[in-house]
Parts: sequence; C-alpha cells; structure tokens
Amino acid sequence: MTEPQWLDEEAGPIVRPYALTGGRTRSSGDDFDLISLVTAADVPGKDESALGPEQRHILAIAREPMSVADIASEIDLPLGVVRVLLGDLHDHELISVRPPAQVAPLPSERILKEVINGLRAL
Amino acid sequence: MAYAPSEEPVALKILVAGGFGVGKTTLVGAISEIRPLRTEEVLSDRGVGVDDVDGVEGKTTTTVAMDFGRITIREGLVVYLFGTPGQERFWFMWDELSYGALGAVVLADTRRLTDCFPSIDYFEQRGTPFIVAVNCFDGADQHEPDDVRVALDLDPDVPVLLCDVRRRASAKVVLVTLVEHALKTLTAAQRK
Repeated sequence: MTEPQWLDEEAGPIVRPYALTGGRTRSSGDDFDLISLVTAADVPGKDESALGPEQRHILAIAREPMSVADIASEIDLPLGVVRVLLGDLHDHELISVRPPAQVAPLPSERILKEVINGLRAL
Repeated sequence: MAYAPSEEPVALKILVAGGFGVGKTTLVGAISEIRPLRTEEVLSDRGVGVDDVDGVEGKTTTTVAMDFGRITIREGLVVYLFGTPGQERFWFMWDELSYGALGAVVLADTRRLTDCFPSIDYFEQRGTPFIVAVNCFDGADQHEPDDVRVALDLDPDVPVLLCDVRRRASAKVVLVTLVEHALKTLTAAQRK
C-alpha cells in the first residue's frame, strides 16, 4: 500500500479515524471481541454531556444487545476506533459487555443442534 | 430484564478462509446479509516481519476490509460469518478472528490448491475445527474429495466436500457440514 486511501472512499471521513478517540489506539479494556455483545446500561438520568456524538450513537443502537462487529458496521467506523469508544463507555459504566459464548461457557450441544436445524431451514 | 442463563443471547463465530479470489465473499453473500466492516489496525510490533513498511515508515495504521455476514437463527441466537483477509500481511488479524470461533470453512480452488495451505496449517495448530470446501469453478477439472484430502494431507476426520458457493443451497450444506463437525469435535472432547 503506497498512500492512505481513506480519502477515496465516498469522499471519505474528513476527520482521521483516531481523531475521534483523542489519538488513543487502545482502549482501557482492550478486550472487546468482535462478537462480544454490548448492551447500553439502563442508568436513569445518566450524564452524557462528556460523550461525543459517536458514543451517543452507540448507546442509542445498543439498547438491545448488539455485537461489536455490528456496532462498527452500523456506525461505519473502523473496529479499532469503535473499541476505544466502547472502552470509554465501559469505564463510565454506561454499557455492559458479554464475551462470546465460545469463550465461556462453550456452546451446548443443544445450541449447536439448533444452529444446524436453523441453517437447514434457511 | 432477567434471563435464565440458557436464554441469554448467544453469538457464534464462523470463519471463512482460503486464498485470494477463491470465493469467500461470494460464500458469505450467498447465505447471509453481507455488511461492510473495516478495521483500522495500528501497525505494531506484531507487524514486524509481516508488514513490509519499506518506504512508508511513517505509516502507522492500515485499513483492512473484511467480509462480515450475519445469520439470525432465532431471536437471541445469531451466527456471524467473517471472511479472513487473504493476504499474508494481515496474519496479525487471524488470532483475533479465530479467538472463540466455533469453526472455519477453508475454501479451496483445485487449480491453486497451495493457496489454502497456510489456512489449514493455522487451524490445525490452533485446534480450531475446520472443513475444506472445494469451490467448483466453471472450467476447472472436477476432483474427487478424497483426492483433495490426499493432496492436502488432511486428517481422516476433517470433512472435505465439493461446493458451488454461488448457490445458496450449496452454501447451506457447507455451513451445516461445519457445524456438525464442530459438534462432533465438541462431544468427543467432552468424553475425554
């Protein structure tokens, strides 16, 4: 790769992706798997004044559990950036994060059979 | 809302690997709603020796576009498909992608069988359940799955099948074969 090509994509972002994160490239948690499920915490009267528009967007779309990959795709930002934003939200206890089922515990035989039947029925 | 543990949402990850141009994107698109996903990876020490940064020493990030598909089995049970980046320079992403993966489909093209060697080595070493799906391209000679198995020196329990990734029905069979194989591997491990 010679020159960064981010400018070419549909006129591209005007702001460099990591500018949204204050230049940080690693989140404090740094453990958001692609399919970890993120859910916005139900905090009454939460203070969102310190949050940027992207983080508010994440909170808005993650009212129901949503995977990290889905969030990145939905808000159209690179995964690395999304992880930093999620790390901030997590530090402020505004989201809860569940690691993928494969990590703990292993998916049960019942779940896998359900997947097989579900795939067959597609 | 309180869920019983068994009713918590479950997300499973399946990888689609193989050489460049072997049909990974087509497979993901045939069976799921394909969506854009990009990563802006920071080139770190992990990239040393992998990423050739000659002439672009000032470059600290690299953008990688991934195939990403989602299949909703039912509410609360979702299967995610991720196409692994084919080029060697993106090896550093594989560890993350394969972490916690249920299994992998290695797509093969019999005209360029060597292209899938690195994927097979990788999943064998990690102990990730995988199958080999031979994409039958128009104009390519048809080979029996057993011939492919010998050529790839696969363990006898690794399923090998022929497929046409453009066809949804064929893509379904590929995924079902993989999940059945993963289930078999899982139950075998539990008996030990």
